[in-house]
Order: sequence, then structure tokens, then C-alpha cells
Amino acid sequence: MTFKRSALGLIAAAAIVAPTIGAAQAAQDGIYIPLLTYRTGPFADSGTPIANGLNDYFQLLNTRDGGINGVKLIVEECETGYKTDVGVECYERTKTKGAVVYNPYSTGITNAIIPKTPDDKIPVLSMGYGLTPAADGRVFPWVFNMPTTYWSQASVFVKYVAQQEGGFDKLKGKKIGLIHLDHPYGKEPIPTLQKLAGMYGFEFVTYPVPPKTMQDQRSTWEKIDDDAPDWLFMWGWGAMNPTAIKGAIDVDYPMDHFIGVWWSGNESDVRDSGKKAEGYLAGEFHGVGDDWPLFDEIRKYVIGKSPSQTPESMLGETLYNRGIMNAVIVAEAIRTAMGKFGNKVINGEEMRWGLENINLTAARLKELGLEGFTIPIRVSCEDHEGNHPVYLKRWDGSKWVKHSDWISPMRNVVRPLIEAEAKKLAEERHLPIRECK
Amino acid sequence: MEAVGLDVLTWMVDFLSGLFVDPFFAVARRPDKLVQILIQGVSAGVMYSLIALGFVLIFKASGVFNFAQGIMVVFAGLSVVVLIEAGVPAILAIAGAVVVMIVMAFAIERLVLRPLVNQDGIILFMATIGLAFFLEGFGQIIFGADPKPVPVDALMIPDGKIKVLGGLLGKPVRIYELDLTAAGFGALMVAAIIVFLNRTKIGRALRAVADDNQAALSVGIPLRTIWVLVWSLAGIVAIFAGVMWGAQSQAGFSLAVLALKALPVLILGGFTSVPGAIIGGTIIGVGEKLGEFYWRGVMGDGVEQWLGYVIALIVLLVRPQGLFGEKIIERI
Repeated sequence: MTFKRSALGLIAAAAIVAPTIGAAQAAQDGIYIPLLTYRTGPFADSGTPIANGLNDYFQLLNTRDGGINGVKLIVEECETGYKTDVGVECYERTKTKGAVVYNPYSTGITNAIIPKTPDDKIPVLSMGYGLTPAADGRVFPWVFNMPTTYWSQASVFVKYVAQQEGGFDKLKGKKIGLIHLDHPYGKEPIPTLQKLAGMYGFEFVTYPVPPKTMQDQRSTWEKIDDDAPDWLFMWGWGAMNPTAIKGAIDVDYPMDHFIGVWWSGNESDVRDSGKKAEGYLAGEFHGVGDDWPLFDEIRKYVIGKSPSQTPESMLGETLYNRGIMNAVIVAEAIRTAMGKFGNKVINGEEMRWGLENINLTAARLKELGLEGFTIPIRVSCEDHEGNHPVYLKRWDGSKWVKHSDWISPMRNVVRPLIEAEAKKLAEERHLPIRECK
Repeated sequence: MEAVGLDVLTWMVDFLSGLFVDPFFAVARRPDKLVQILIQGVSAGVMYSLIALGFVLIFKASGVFNFAQGIMVVFAGLSVVVLIEAGVPAILAIAGAVVVMIVMAFAIERLVLRPLVNQDGIILFMATIGLAFFLEGFGQIIFGADPKPVPVDALMIPDGKIKVLGGLLGKPVRIYELDLTAAGFGALMVAAIIVFLNRTKIGRALRAVADDNQAALSVGIPLRTIWVLVWSLAGIVAIFAGVMWGAQSQAGFSLAVLALKALPVLILGGFTSVPGAIIGGTIIGVGEKLGEFYWRGVMGDGVEQWLGYVIALIVLLVRPQGLFGEKIIERI
């Protein structure tokens, strides 16, 4: 009995200690990048291609190049199901393994871990999502939301509407609606749109969609039909998106006046509606399709080879490409950090420096096999967003096509809002404000 | 003090006017919307009833509140979709899904219910909670976690819309063919279930088991067969519910949460009444859609999230057994 108990105790102890040893080993062997992903649950449709894109690019670097400058990348997924509490658990479980950066892919999780970052000294890269005021790098030195934020995108949408209506003065008296997931993510653009409504005299109406009933939106669309907004923006995610697009079709809402955030413009959002969704617009900040040399490399070195889970048909899809772009930024930030700190296993603080000093030029994109895939990206000590432009793409019934030129956000409106909100948060949370020289 | 009293009074007047007066102005402005919302409420009610039916069948036969009904709907709907995606003709895919649900019923009887014969209802309820978690995980392994579009063309489900009454109401009212199909098949299914329960020997045996499974066993009613049968029947209802719910959006695991919409329907209609599920579903569907549309001015968005429960709560206060449920008298 005693022996049995001792043996069980030893096994239990080994089970507890083994991952820690493994993690310590992992951090010594390479750069540890935990990925908070969601391949299960109602948002899996959106989460899976992103996870595949991120993983595939890191796998390519490991397989083809032996990592970055000879240092291997150790990538580990932690399934969050897009649940904030589970995401925080993932963060806590992985941070001690030498994590150099977090990509939470959930505004809820991002907001929950941001307060932990200064103590843990691990940066968060929320690429095009998360807490918009975190773009003020003086208050949030550990958070990066390049290439652009929800507030910037909302301003781009209003700018596009003004272009279509014949000028900002023509917005007066118009009605602009926002159908959004009733979740921290979905509510993000509201302050900016309220501000712009006040500035340009348009009426702004919101239509929240509760996550639990996001597949039953009939009532919401009847309200939209009754209010008849001139333009409608959407901040949706997961199964909300295809349901909303079907809802718009049901009430005959003009699809060319319906614009989705870059998280509402995946192929799976519109494919089911096909031709009926023709004309639907969505914001975008990278290329769609696989017409870049990098994708040939991924086909050659990654697809069909473990641990990649990507079916070849997924290459070039919007959210897969977003995962690729996210991984490119992480990898380039690591390279930047290595340029200063040497070709070694870097830590979170060095990664933070790399992110802040990243300079992804057009020439570098060409070297990576991604010429013209996205705009050159650069941020600064005080601006962690970079205020990069966005373009609109259009669903032509079977695929996305580029619809507009790159449109710059209204920095004169958005930046003061970001700074004011960041200052407010700094006061509320007693955050130090660093000086940027 | 007087100013505060005046503010409260103004607020009360605005609130009551928003509840009881403004909706009439809204109806006068857009009469087509009232008809539209009523139609939408009825069709939502039919969809809720489809899920509630599965609960009622199992509760009637075994006294078990089946928490796993929602995930059974997902399982059934995804079985059809995945088989069609694999190239199986639609009719065979439905037959295949029926087989899947029958096999599931056998497995549940053997592994979950049989070891718990004659246990308290709460024990069986807890077992179905475990079953729901198991089926969700197992389902994601089999079907994958991604939501899947329901191939309405292959299933020959019309998904267009008909516009009517445009001349009379100023603007046309939309009737969705999908809703008409759901209502038509739903009515057929309910009629078949009522006939089955009331006019067949098995149906009567099933009701006897529900009353007292020990007594039913003692008179030779095969308890296990009845349980398999009723879980199979609930599974077949779930196929239809899963396909119709999925056709409105996508078939995926998030649909399981929508099953909770059936709870107020069950409370209102009674846990043991098939017609109660239909009428309860219609009342809840119409009530919450009207509330969501006409009371949003005073209550904001999301009225439909809670109004069904309020209606059910009011009914509970007056008739604890629901509108059509059997009055249970227990000696204590």
C-alpha cells in the first residue's frame, strides 16, 4: 500500500514537474511563441484559418531556414475557444515557458492580459484588434496594434461613405448603422463613430447581436429594415457574419452599402450566400489570394507535412493570409531584435524593442516573397498603431476583389481620441506615462 | 425634492407611454411591420417548438429533462450535412442520420440510462448534462468544429421569399419559404407524434412508463425498448430541427445554445404536452418578437433575450404545471 502510494505520488509529481522542465528546455532550445488559438466552438470557423496561417509561416521558417538566424522557433497552441477566462488561463500557463509575444486573437482576452504585461514583461501584438487606446505607446509600452486599429478603420469607413455621397458635407442628415457583436470587440468602434456623427451631423444607430443568439438575427434585421440606415457597418465574428449577410439579403438591404470590419470579410462569411451577397464590402489591410511567391514556398515546405493542418485549398483565404501577415510581423520583429541583441534566444523585453523598431519596407516584403501584399509597416515609441491605410474589398459573388484604393484613416480625429482615452486609462489604472524621444 | 418627484413622474409617464402608447403609433406608421413581426414570431415559435418537442417526448416517457437535447439537434443536423458533403444523395443522408440517431439512442440506453433505472429524476438529469458535454466533444472530433452551410438545394428546401399584401399595407410583407417549409413539416410531425402517442399500443406503453417505470415493468412493458424508442424518436425530431435551424444560418455547435430557447416554451406549454410545445412556442415566439421590436424604445435592444422567461415566469405563478401540463400531486 505504502509502495503503491509512493509510486502514485512520484507519478503525480512527475506529471506536474515535467512540463516545467520541458518549458525551461524549450526556452533554451529556441524562441518560444505561444499561440492562443480557437479551433473549437462557435468561432472556430474564423479561428482555424488564422491558426493555420500563423503556424504555417513559423513552420516554413523552421523547415526551410532552420528558424530565424539559426535560432529555432518553438510554437505551441493553446485552445481558448474565444473565451476570455480560458484565454487568461492559457496566458498564465504559457508565460513561464519563456514566451516572447502573445497574439490573443480576441479583444476580450487582449483586454484581460494587458494589465499583466508590464509585470510579466511580455509584449502583446493584437494586429488590427484589441484595445484601441493601447496605440498610445507612452501609456501602453507593451501593447502593439499595428498596422491599424478599429477606430482608424471606422474613420476610413466614414471617409469612404463621404466619398460616395459626394463629400463630408453630404453626410449631414444621413443615417449610419452599426450591427455588432455585443462583446468588447463589437463595441470598440462606437466612440469613434459617435464622435464622427457629432462632427459631420449624421445619425448613428447601433444594433447589438448577443453572442449566444448570433445565429438568430431576424429581429435585428427587421429593426434595420424599419430604420432603413443609408449605410450599415458590421463588427461581427464567427457565425454572426454569415447569418448577418443572410439577414441583409432577406430584407433586401443594398449590399453595396453594407461594409464589414476586416473580421467580417472572410470567404466563409459570404460563400454560402454566393451571388446574393454580391456587392458586400469589407475593410482589409493585406492581400487576398495566393498569388505571391511565399505561398509557393509554403506549398513546397509546409502543406501536407506535420504539424501543418492546412488543406491546400485554404491557402490565400482572407483569414489564413491574416495569420501569415501576423506571423511575418512577429518574425520580422524577432529579426529586428536580433539585430540589436544578437542571434540568440531573445526574451520578452528584447522582443518588445523589436516590435517597436520594426521597419517592414516594400523592399523587405519583396525579399520575403510578399511584394505588394501589404503596405510597409513602421511604428514608433509613441504610436504603436502606425496609422496605416486600409482598402475596401468587394465580394463579386464568388471571390473578393479589390474595390478601393488604400484610404488613410482620419488621424486628426482618431489620434486625439486615442490619446485622451489612453490618458484617462492611465489615470484610472495608475499607469506611468513614459517619455518618447 | 419636488424637482426629483417631477423627474420620476416624467420618467414614469414616458416609460408607460413607450410600453403602451408608442407601439400603436409605430403600427399606424408601418402596418406591414406588425404583420411581418407576427409572421416572424410564429415562424420563430415553430422553430422553438421543434426543439421543445424533443424535450417533451423524452420527459413524457422517462421523466428525464434531457439537457443534451440541444447537442442532439446539432449532432443530427451535422450528420445530414456531412453525409451530403460526402456525396451521399439527400434522401439517403437523411436515412443515414436516422440510423445515427437510433444508434445513439441504443448507446444512451445501454450506457447511461440502464445503470440508473429507478433513480431520482435529478440523477438522470445530471447524467444528461454529462452526456451533453460528451456529445459536444465527440461531435467535434467526428464532424470538425467548423460550422457548415446546410445544402438547401440538395435537400430541396426552398429558401426564397414571397412578397404579399403590398397593395393593402403600403409595403409588402415577406414570407420566407424556409419558414413555410418548417411550419408545414412541423405540423405533420406533431400530428404524427400525437397519433403515435394516443392511438398506438407502443404510445400507450410509453405513457405508462412515464407514470411509473417500476409499475410498467411489472405489467410486462419492456422499459428498455420504450426508452430506446423514445430517444430515437427525439433524435428524429432533432434531425428536422437541426436542418431547419442550420438552414437559417449554419449548422454548427453554437446551435446547441439556441436549444435553451425551448426552456420558456416548455415552462409555458407544460413539460408533458405535445400540443403545449407548439402553442407555447408560438406564444413565446410572437411575444418576444413583438417585445423586441415595439419596446426597444423604452427597454433598449435585447428584449427577446429575456421576455420569453418573463412570460413563462408569470405562467408559472398562476399554473405551475404550464398551460397544458399534467398537474402532479405527490404525497410527502
